[in-house]
Amino acid sequence: MVLLDVKNLNRSFGGLRAIREVSFSLEAGLIKAVIGPNGAGKTTLFNLLTGNLAADNGTLLFDHQDLSGKPAFLRARAGMARTFQNIKLFPQMSVLDNVLVGGHTRTRSGFLSGMLPLPGSVREQKSLCEQAMVLLHRYGLADEKNTLTGALSFGQQRSVELCRALLLKPKLLLLDEPAAGLNMQETAMLSESIRYIRSERITVLLVEHDMSLVMDICDEILVLNYGERIAEGKPTDIRRNPDVIKIYLGDEDA
Amino acid sequence: MAFLKKFFPFLLFALVLSAIQVIATCTETEYYLTQLTMAAWYSLPVLGLCLVMGYAGQISLGHAAFFAVGGYAAGVVTTTSLIPVQTNSLVSLLGKAGLLVSRTNLYGLPLLHLTPWIGLLFAIGTSLLLSILIGVPALKLKGHYLAMATMGFGIIIYRILLGTSFFGAADGLSDIPAFRILPVLSVSSDFSARVTNYYLAFACVLILLILFSNLLHSRMGRALKAIHNNEEAASASGINTARDKLIVFVISALCATLGGFFLTHYTGSIGPSEASIMKSVRYVAIVAAGGMASLWGTLILGLILNFLSLRGVFGSYDDAVFGAILVMIMLFAPEGLFNIGKLKSLFRKTHGPA
Amino acid sequence: MTTEQLLQYLLSGITIGSIYAITAIGYNIIYNATGIINFAQGEFLMIGAMTAISLSAFMPLPLAIVCAIVITALVGALIEIIFIRPMKKPSVLQMIIVTIGLSILLREAALHIWDEKVRALPFFTGSEVSSLSLFGAHVSPQVIWVLAISALMVVLLNLFFKYSLTGKSIRACSADRASAKLCGIPVQRMITLSFMLSAAIGAVGGCILSPITQTQYDCGTSLAIKGFATAVLGGLGNSTAAVTAGLLLGLLETFSIIVLPLAYKDAVSIALLLIILFVRPSGLFGNADTGRLKEF
Repeated sequence: MVLLDVKNLNRSFGGLRAIREVSFSLEAGLIKAVIGPNGAGKTTLFNLLTGNLAADNGTLLFDHQDLSGKPAFLRARAGMARTFQNIKLFPQMSVLDNVLVGGHTRTRSGFLSGMLPLPGSVREQKSLCEQAMVLLHRYGLADEKNTLTGALSFGQQRSVELCRALLLKPKLLLLDEPAAGLNMQETAMLSESIRYIRSERITVLLVEHDMSLVMDICDEILVLNYGERIAEGKPTDIRRNPDVIKIYLGDEDA
Repeated sequence: MAFLKKFFPFLLFALVLSAIQVIATCTETEYYLTQLTMAAWYSLPVLGLCLVMGYAGQISLGHAAFFAVGGYAAGVVTTTSLIPVQTNSLVSLLGKAGLLVSRTNLYGLPLLHLTPWIGLLFAIGTSLLLSILIGVPALKLKGHYLAMATMGFGIIIYRILLGTSFFGAADGLSDIPAFRILPVLSVSSDFSARVTNYYLAFACVLILLILFSNLLHSRMGRALKAIHNNEEAASASGINTARDKLIVFVISALCATLGGFFLTHYTGSIGPSEASIMKSVRYVAIVAAGGMASLWGTLILGLILNFLSLRGVFGSYDDAVFGAILVMIMLFAPEGLFNIGKLKSLFRKTHGPA
Repeated sequence: MTTEQLLQYLLSGITIGSIYAITAIGYNIIYNATGIINFAQGEFLMIGAMTAISLSAFMPLPLAIVCAIVITALVGALIEIIFIRPMKKPSVLQMIIVTIGLSILLREAALHIWDEKVRALPFFTGSEVSSLSLFGAHVSPQVIWVLAISALMVVLLNLFFKYSLTGKSIRACSADRASAKLCGIPVQRMITLSFMLSAAIGAVGGCILSPITQTQYDCGTSLAIKGFATAVLGGLGNSTAAVTAGLLLGLLETFSIIVLPLAYKDAVSIALLLIILFVRPSGLFGNADTGRLKEF
């Protein structure tokens, strides 16, 4: 079933057309990568998908809902979670609190029930905490649960952001350059992690430069250049696509 | 046991308050209680502002306007005489419903006005309306623009109150009667009720403190902190930042309005200066100095500063003191004096690693 | 309304409007160089006028004014050095709070130095009863002074920022501080200079306005708000637009007396400020970039 269906997405910044007429779709249960040279518009595309940036026009259907033009928080509620290229954690909050924020959409206690701690909201909190701790254990952060995230290492911050996104129990997880700054060992662990996430029936869309990771785990690849969709398909096809090769290696005659 | 641990600071606070009262009564210095009671009512806008500034991360330089709204609602309802329209059918209906109060004013003339409870409804209603009206557009702004928008709002309210004779213009309103909650309990300037009013005011403060404390440890409290830390990531996590910022703003406006309402019934008068920028700045100074994210720090500091100010300790340097506080705190302790995190790390430094 | 009255209102409007424009330019200079909105800008006008008034008691008026301008500029420099410079990576909230605190301190200091009496500088030419006939309207010669000096200042500032090395250096700092540093521009000194410049401009504004509106220790506040409204109206950081915006605001405020009770006159400019902030924060002449605030 098609989870994400994007048609004719456009976004300009002043005179610069960052994303032009980009259309693609994503089947549920797949791992898809968006690749392209620097400046191709990959992160812009991500921001348009999650609503952190408003599109000039185009439609976005997610899980059969029309989310075009809807703000970011509604898309998160619909089941889209993401990580950011430059990690966006809450530096003055503990690791646990950071992750718990990810569960915001799955809990209901509002201002009133927050002020008078009704048993329902207390139970809700406890259950969410337990789920969060499971995630933290999985990523080796259980001991750091009370540390302020500003004090963690880069790799640890990455993991916290991932846990936060996972606590949302999303249908679609968008990862923006998850392998950036990781060594080979850590990248291998990341591959494992993403495969495990897929096994939990979460569809993954990622922006990545690390070709080995992309070729290793992805079912499909979307190639962008100068904001335009150049190619889309299976990794083996993309690898042999002459247009794609031209983008990365340049023209033979040049 | 956990219950006791959680409520220990509140119990301690209540204990200290009672001790102060007992000492004051025994040493015949009960007049101190008056300023403490006033300081307590002034804490309400400060606590609300702490939530807005320290947790939602928004600045409001016009909160005194909300305080004044409460006070003037109390004043207008209880000093506007309905005697000229006594025979009107609506008025007689209100009378039959028991919503009218008859009394004599300062000059011995008869006065017929709506019960202060209507005044309370009026205050809350106006506050809700204004805070939403201002909040919706203003909270889309950031930084200086937000500061100026809220300051501008405060000034407009101040000018309206100052320039309109219905509100008493520069003299404000006075001869405002007591607010009867129960036959034996009322907010009034009666000297005999000084002690009851003291406990009443601080009971309100404590209740608010407990409510806010709970809020901050709850899902919404986390959401607010998230908004303050990184608004983009907060909305990517599904938090409706615009709505939540507005709700916090409205809650804080209501706190300020209630503070103004009850203080006015307590002192019996209100003037336009309660809406002035200087008052708004005071609230901001107290929150900034008390530690923007520290309810207790803000409360204690606010009580101390307001008490001293009300007793005239600062003399003609009253405003200057708050101005100096703003500058000093921002230069030397921008996280506030009572920032828990900082105190913990200081403690660790002086006592060596744990 | 007769043409005479219309002219009267017009002149009154552009007179006060010029002062708003000058105050706005003062905001813009500091904002451009540092990203700070100096809430104490209004106090510079007040200090300039008050100092001139005190000095004029024992020196000729022009000299008193010049000295007052210099003294106010020094105050501006001191503020920057003592209070602004030591702050390490302050947040916007901190900057706002500090400058508000400074404005209060300056005001209270003025109250204790000069007391709360209303004072005024003597009219530059003539007295409060002298008037010129201008197209049928009766106008105080001071108005001419205000307009002339304001226009002169705008022109001089324009030339300064466009053609002088210091002016260009300040502009470089505002465009990109890191690059300016790399070019060898003493950024710290430029920041101090911009504070001095804003203070001096404020002082001039205060002095030329003083005979007309009188000066009091707290006259800085309302001027500050209206000056800020002007700056935002024209687009924060845009000093050429500030001139137009100032005149517009001055006229609007003056003509509002026709429909609104006098007590609400001040509320007009603030209402306008709110409208602009809510509808178009980039101002009449700004683009989307202006709407976004500069980083300190």
